[in-house]
Amino acid sequence: MAEIVLSGVTKRFPDGSLAVQGVDLDIADGEFVILVGPSGCGKSTTLNMIAGLEDITEGTLSIGDRVVNDLPPKDRDIAMVFQSYALYPHLSVRENMGFPLRLAKVDKATVNQKVEEAARVLDLSEFLDRRPAALSGGQRQRVAMGRAIVRDPKAFLMDEPLSNLDAKLRVQMRTQIARLQRRLGTTTVYVTHDQTEAMTLGDRVVVMRLGVVQQVGTPAQLYDLPRNLFVAGFIGSPAMNFLNATVEGSILHSALGDLPLDDRTRQALERQNAPREVIVGLRPEAFEDAALAHDAHGPVITATIDVLESLGSDVYVYFTQEGGPAQSAELEELATDSGLKDTGAGGVQQVVARLDAATRAREGQPLDMRVDMSKAHVFDPRTGTNLSHPENAG
Amino acid sequence: MAAVGRSHAVRWGVLNVAVVLYALFPVWWIIALSFKDPSTLTDGDYIPRQWTWENYRGIFQTSEFTRALINSIGIALISTTIAVVLGTMAAYAVARLRFPGKGLLIGMSLLIAMFPPISLVSPLFNIERILGIFDTWIGLIIPYMTFSLPLAIYTLSAFFREIPWDLEKAAKVDGATPAQAFRLVIAPLAAPGVFTTAILVFIFCWNDFLFAISLTSTNRARTVPAAIAFFTGSSQFEQPTGSIAAAAVVITVPIIIFVLFFQRRIVAGLTSGAVKG
Repeated sequence: MAEIVLSGVTKRFPDGSLAVQGVDLDIADGEFVILVGPSGCGKSTTLNMIAGLEDITEGTLSIGDRVVNDLPPKDRDIAMVFQSYALYPHLSVRENMGFPLRLAKVDKATVNQKVEEAARVLDLSEFLDRRPAALSGGQRQRVAMGRAIVRDPKAFLMDEPLSNLDAKLRVQMRTQIARLQRRLGTTTVYVTHDQTEAMTLGDRVVVMRLGVVQQVGTPAQLYDLPRNLFVAGFIGSPAMNFLNATVEGSILHSALGDLPLDDRTRQALERQNAPREVIVGLRPEAFEDAALAHDAHGPVITATIDVLESLGSDVYVYFTQEGGPAQSAELEELATDSGLKDTGAGGVQQVVARLDAATRAREGQPLDMRVDMSKAHVFDPRTGTNLSHPENAG
Repeated sequence: MAAVGRSHAVRWGVLNVAVVLYALFPVWWIIALSFKDPSTLTDGDYIPRQWTWENYRGIFQTSEFTRALINSIGIALISTTIAVVLGTMAAYAVARLRFPGKGLLIGMSLLIAMFPPISLVSPLFNIERILGIFDTWIGLIIPYMTFSLPLAIYTLSAFFREIPWDLEKAAKVDGATPAQAFRLVIAPLAAPGVFTTAILVFIFCWNDFLFAISLTSTNRARTVPAAIAFFTGSSQFEQPTGSIAAAAVVITVPIIIFVLFFQRRIVAGLTSGAVKG
């Protein structure tokens, strides 16, 4: 077990493209850290650099107080779980799990004992003599986990280990991985493109985009206080609503209507010389059915509901607004990544609100909603910076 | 419906039988010839009237054939071993690594495979005489290796490309040196490919006539296909047809054994189950 420290880690490919730029990250001993981002953001490259499967162009990487930049993977004492599981097809489950120990020249009796112990933990005891080809997807995934844990390494590296499983199994395995990691207390770096996985599993989440770390924080920090448009749009499902708005004194003119800014945000905008044109971000839960609202703070807006989705506990209502969708490079990339661009819904500004199940909203009917402005974020459309983030707001 | 299916089956059956007969008829003819007694050799029957081992006994009585058989086996086995070992390493590099001049290397090996061997025989003859390896085992092993390596590299690199790269990464992370990863993970998975290649290379070396006849002059290195051409009858008035037939049958046997022995290994789809589900 060990801490992993990346400082200024950069990866430049031979063709000159930068895959990862200056990543600084301190992963504490026993911590579960998630690297998340859309495809091509450099998360897997970063993981491969930690594993030693890719060279580090610049910067230093240390595992447990030892700089390992030039050490081959076998001397780093780390275990990795691959998206494809990468089980050795010519070896039985027992041999697969014992492979790292066999290479480490551990004596046979110990290997057997450790493999059987790991198999018991992962519920694989009855499959030990089968070949991987005779196992189901979930079982193969567990064998891959088993191969990682038998060795008791300094750290686990996991590269989208669940993305080949079907949705139901993925949720089960997710909790199993979380439980296993807590029990073993081994430092873990986990790569995923699924923000739900990132939010539920990690002690801390690292959001990456185009090889650059956007924000590092606990899931709650990322959700409540995103540093920029990209993080705000990437984290959360359904995603945050983004609207074009114009600042005038303490009022935000937006397609939803005039929204008053609270004092703290207004001061923050003034201090940072914010542009007049901004993007305002509102999470679906910032809206509330005005008829059910507990307190009378915040502006009330009226919209005609297009679509209503009832989930039992909550109701999602969708409505469109005039004025076209908010534009920025980050939002563009998010739309591409989520496939939103392909659905053709990019042309109009759609807003989604999460309302209490008791709402009387109906499709095609207008509804009054109260907006909680304390949950609103104001972004600079050019830089994507969250102008209302407490660090910027002071 | 059933009638249609049956007539379909009958048509295929007839076609298959025809093809098999066409392919095996010359084989049967040579076998029949090899068992004929010299007096009935030219009677034109496809089934010997008088079965005899005389021809087989005859060819094993002289050292001409036995020596050639030893040469053939030795030269083919050594060439195959070297070509497969070198080919495996080269194919692995071609399939896995990015290095400058890779395209050139592949192009060159393709070029070698495309040269008609007959155009190289005369220069090779002179070169080998100057180097003093004319009419030696090594003098045949080198050209066999050269011509079979491109084949080996192509066949094997296709097999290597099918092995998921993740397996190798996994092995490295699990603590294997590159050599261990190759020996314990990649090589066992590539085994079917290695055996296939070995068979192809062995057959090529075993069957070659051109190099064998051009680059040898005595029994020292003459292989069976070349030696057969030097067969003489027991007297100058007798055709060596029976002996040639017997020798031809004898040299077919190792090939059949070789293929039957390795076929089981080739068939196994070993890589299934390596990745995903």
